[in-house]
Amino acid sequence: MKIRAVALNTFREAIRDRILYLLIFFAAIGIIFSRFLALLTVGDRVKIIKDVGLASISLFGMLIAILIGTGLVYKEIDKKTIFTLMAKPIHRYQFLLGKYLGLLLTLLVIIILMSLIFLFLIFGHTLTIEWNLLVAILFIFLELCVLTAVAILFSCFTTPILSSLYSLAFYLIGHLSWGMETIIKKTKPGLGRTLLRILYIILPDLENFNFKTEVVHNLPIPGEIYLQSFLYGLFYSLFLLVLAMIIFQRRDFV
Amino acid sequence: MEHVLEVKNLHKSFKTGFIPQKKKVLQGITFQVSEGEIFGYLGPNGAGKTTTLKCILGIIYPEEGEIRLFGLPHTSLEAKKKIGFLPENPYFYEYLTASEFLRFYGQLFGLSPAQREKKISALLQLVGLTHASDIQLRKFSRGMLQRIGLAQALINEPSLVFLDEPLGGLDPLGRKEMRDIILRLREEGKTVFLCSHILQDIEMICDRVAIIVKGRIIDQGKLQDLVSEKILFYEAVISGLPASLVKDLGECMAAEGGRLLLKVEGEEKIKDLMKVVLEQGGNLHSLTPRTATLEDLFVDLVRQG
Repeated sequence: MKIRAVALNTFREAIRDRILYLLIFFAAIGIIFSRFLALLTVGDRVKIIKDVGLASISLFGMLIAILIGTGLVYKEIDKKTIFTLMAKPIHRYQFLLGKYLGLLLTLLVIIILMSLIFLFLIFGHTLTIEWNLLVAILFIFLELCVLTAVAILFSCFTTPILSSLYSLAFYLIGHLSWGMETIIKKTKPGLGRTLLRILYIILPDLENFNFKTEVVHNLPIPGEIYLQSFLYGLFYSLFLLVLAMIIFQRRDFV
Repeated sequence: MEHVLEVKNLHKSFKTGFIPQKKKVLQGITFQVSEGEIFGYLGPNGAGKTTTLKCILGIIYPEEGEIRLFGLPHTSLEAKKKIGFLPENPYFYEYLTASEFLRFYGQLFGLSPAQREKKISALLQLVGLTHASDIQLRKFSRGMLQRIGLAQALINEPSLVFLDEPLGGLDPLGRKEMRDIILRLREEGKTVFLCSHILQDIEMICDRVAIIVKGRIIDQGKLQDLVSEKILFYEAVISGLPASLVKDLGECMAAEGGRLLLKVEGEEKIKDLMKVVLEQGGNLHSLTPRTATLEDLFVDLVRQG
């Protein structure tokens, strides 16, 4: 009940934030732009629309998660609204979880909105609703769950600007870390290789959620890969949230 | 009378500066608040009033000491269900309307929708904001924010209400209304913990006070025990006499329009003064006994502290 109240309040805060509408506007432009890009392409135009459309959903989802997520907790501390809240019968972890779920709800609504525009655009070309695209979108949402947890974690102890930079770094590392597998393979066995392997385990691998190419090109994906990616997203988000809760539980709000 | 709040040996320090240095803000704060009283927590700016309050409410953690609310640890949710808090500056969610704001806090206390709505309209009426129920808080004036702040502090019908500088930012009428509300809370059997540096507020409505200076409580007790009713001196306004004639009887504090304001100490000197006035054909316009005020006590203690 209390987590729900904080989550709904966070949702209300986000949908009354002007920055959200700016991002939604650009996201819609991005998706529609794919239609014009397709006109300039030789070959399968629908594939271009799918590629650019999915990339837009992913990019703007990431921007919303980071730009709004990094301010959520910080703003409560900076504007001192947390003072009145902490005097109410609510645990600190309930507050943090409410904030997290509130932003996820916001992202879910936006992703659904963007997906509708996207599917409608594809429908205009193929006259079929391509439900398989929703698989890619579902995993984009799972990636956003991890990113929101990161943004909230940083938001617990630093300013929105730094949190945004750190979260962006996390996003970039997350999409490049798969390259470490090759480095590990080429490193001689020993301490260096062990350290690299540990680093690879700690660093996020957000490519686990990237099924865009497979879905656009209708490539087969074994079920266990989906399950593995789903569990990875779930546990990574949980790990980040628990870390955020520990930091938030201990800090003084001055 | 039962203690609803007990604070024992509270210590807290903060690290400040580029090279962090520990600054002790609270140094062994101890006091109790009894049920049904208005307790004034008094001190100059920066004495540690708000820090004490933040420790009690679980906003910051004390380094040492114990705080019990209704006999329970102060961080327990059971204890927090029975308290209300109005912060010093009204920091609230500006994107919410007044009724949405109260609804949100009502949800945190687990009030049913019917209870909530009933309570919201009663509270908006109490603080005189019924007309503003659908206006976003960002459009509220400072005084309106203070009122809605009081409403949220009372949403759960608390037994103990913490008010941090509740009269700050209010116009004279608003101050009177706020004082009336605080007195009404006491009549309803609620306990009020009032932090303030405005002495008149405390003197007018508090039953007991604690005075904090530089992180230590330097005096506490019932207001009438702290502020003695003994007459310190008399202020006499006379005319028709030269100042030289009365200079031995009292200190001349002001002379204007042929009138003298004298500070006369002791009843013997008053008798002498009256005798001189009668014999020399002067006029005595007023004679006012001056007792010690909370302000006198406060200034003395802060200087010593």
